[in-house]
Amino acid sequence: MHANIDPALAIAAVRFAGVVRHFGAVKAVDGVDLSILPGEFFAMLGPSGSGKTTCLRLIAGFEQPDAGHIEIFGEKVEGLPPYRRAVNTVFQDYALFPHLSVGDNVAYGLRVRGVGRAERDKQAREALAMVKLTGMESRRPAQLSGGQRQRVALARALIVRPKVLLLDEPLGALDLKLREEMQLELKGLQRTLGLSFVFVTHDQGEALSMADRVAVFNEGRIVQVGPPEEVYERPRTRFVAGFVGSANVLSAAEAQALGAPARPSSLRPEKIALMSAGASAPTGAVVLDAAIVDVSYQGPVRRITARTPGGLVLVAAVPAGQAGAIERGGPVRLAVRSDALQPMESEE
Amino acid sequence: MTRAPLSLKLAALAGFAFLHIPLLFILLYAFTTEERSYAFPPPGYTLKWFAVVWERADIWAAVGLSLRVATLATLIALVLGTLAAGALARAKFFGREPISLLFVLPIALPGIVTGIALRQAFGLMEIPFSFWTIVLGHATFCIVVVYNNAVARLRRLSPSLIEASMDLGADAFQTFRLVVLPNVGTALLAGSMLAFALSFDEVIVTTFTAGQQSTLPIWMLSELIRPRQRPVTNVVAVLVIAVTFLPILAAYYLTREGEAVAGSGK
Repeated sequence: MHANIDPALAIAAVRFAGVVRHFGAVKAVDGVDLSILPGEFFAMLGPSGSGKTTCLRLIAGFEQPDAGHIEIFGEKVEGLPPYRRAVNTVFQDYALFPHLSVGDNVAYGLRVRGVGRAERDKQAREALAMVKLTGMESRRPAQLSGGQRQRVALARALIVRPKVLLLDEPLGALDLKLREEMQLELKGLQRTLGLSFVFVTHDQGEALSMADRVAVFNEGRIVQVGPPEEVYERPRTRFVAGFVGSANVLSAAEAQALGAPARPSSLRPEKIALMSAGASAPTGAVVLDAAIVDVSYQGPVRRITARTPGGLVLVAAVPAGQAGAIERGGPVRLAVRSDALQPMESEE
Repeated sequence: MTRAPLSLKLAALAGFAFLHIPLLFILLYAFTTEERSYAFPPPGYTLKWFAVVWERADIWAAVGLSLRVATLATLIALVLGTLAAGALARAKFFGREPISLLFVLPIALPGIVTGIALRQAFGLMEIPFSFWTIVLGHATFCIVVVYNNAVARLRRLSPSLIEASMDLGADAFQTFRLVVLPNVGTALLAGSMLAFALSFDEVIVTTFTAGQQSTLPIWMLSELIRPRQRPVTNVVAVLVIAVTFLPILAAYYLTREGEAVAGSGK
């Protein structure tokens, strides 16, 4: 996997150094450093207004940084307009040209480069075949379904052979089933082409399942960047712990009480085990007797919110079948291994 | 769908009749044999007034002047109105709202105010009244029509279309030609047709900005005062209705279709 290349050795596909972009008083991007590797599937994850989309637009050239530097494959691109950059974008609303046929939409990039009609029709057919839309050339965008428009947008961006493909919440408008299908397809396409894909999303599940590396954005900054496992397993801040999956966040004192170092820590709900009555505590685990505040059934798991006599509230996710006689108000015995607690750098 | 009560239908019909029956009278008296007064019913019917109109050089001079003024005013409006719409449709800057209001003002102001203002301005600048002062006067309100049409269409155009075009390698000029123009073209055409029709029958501003020239509406006004060959004005009026009605009808259909065009890529 390309993500294993030492970032210091490779020429980055995209490099940000201290990039700042303000809109009036709003610090949309407030000092971002990052490097995206060639052939990497890179997800920019964050809530709306966290700066991820502005970062994407900075790479595309729709925005110019107020400070800092941006390089694409080693070339400084500040001041370069979008049409001079070897990157292409798949827009959130797809932005297909309504007055052009699907074939002409896909061939647009070739047309403005002066490629002849016959050649660009041929390439458009090939590009449409790649996204499984063979024979759709003469349709109008308005005649296509959401999923098909998405594929046209992909073909249109890829036909001009970008060095980096930017995707702005490309799956946001699709229904769940289509979304899962497109996730697999995008991933497959990216592997086949060996291109860097930069993918903006607010859906943590999407980011975790598709990306080689995830950058978590909050308030114009990157809070944490790393492979999905690392970001999920070892969130650095309360924000990451809460935004990427869900987590119990414990203060230093609470962590210490559970046998972990006295540092603010996160604890994933699925790391808390439910103990049947009379069973002995597993080694290295602290056993907590608590009262159940709430139970919710979520298909494969049941989420149990419980409060200890000391006032600590924990959320545990246990396999649905295992949580037999659990009901609100009843007692429960939880086991927490101290090494399941992940110390965080800050409690914010 | 609920059915309208009979009273409402009758009221609508009456309003409609009030608007359009006078037009029928114009048509009727274009064929009358009585040339001094409009007696009803006309004592007889003739086509001779069409022949008279055909041979009167002063009418054709007025028609020619009106067409030239309307064409030039529309062209000026097309360029300036589109540029203004392009600037004001999307960009946000200090003073945007007042500027768009100032743009639309000439059509809201009574023509007489616009006329006096222009007359005094031309006077102060010592510009002699001529063909060009009429064109400039007409351009002030023609711009508004083009601007309004263009700005409405541009606002419906998804901004990401322009970004997508630039993203795919098109510079600003290519983007305008290949993406913006095809999507706002019908709106511009509709705006120009309305502008043309407005200019073609304009009286008030023309009165204040013309020198010795008389445009067609001015000619008609002066003709009404004279009791001779009255049906000639009716024949001309019928021609004017035809000339202005067709572009307005075309503009209506063009903008109606246009609603399905822009922004349907979403």
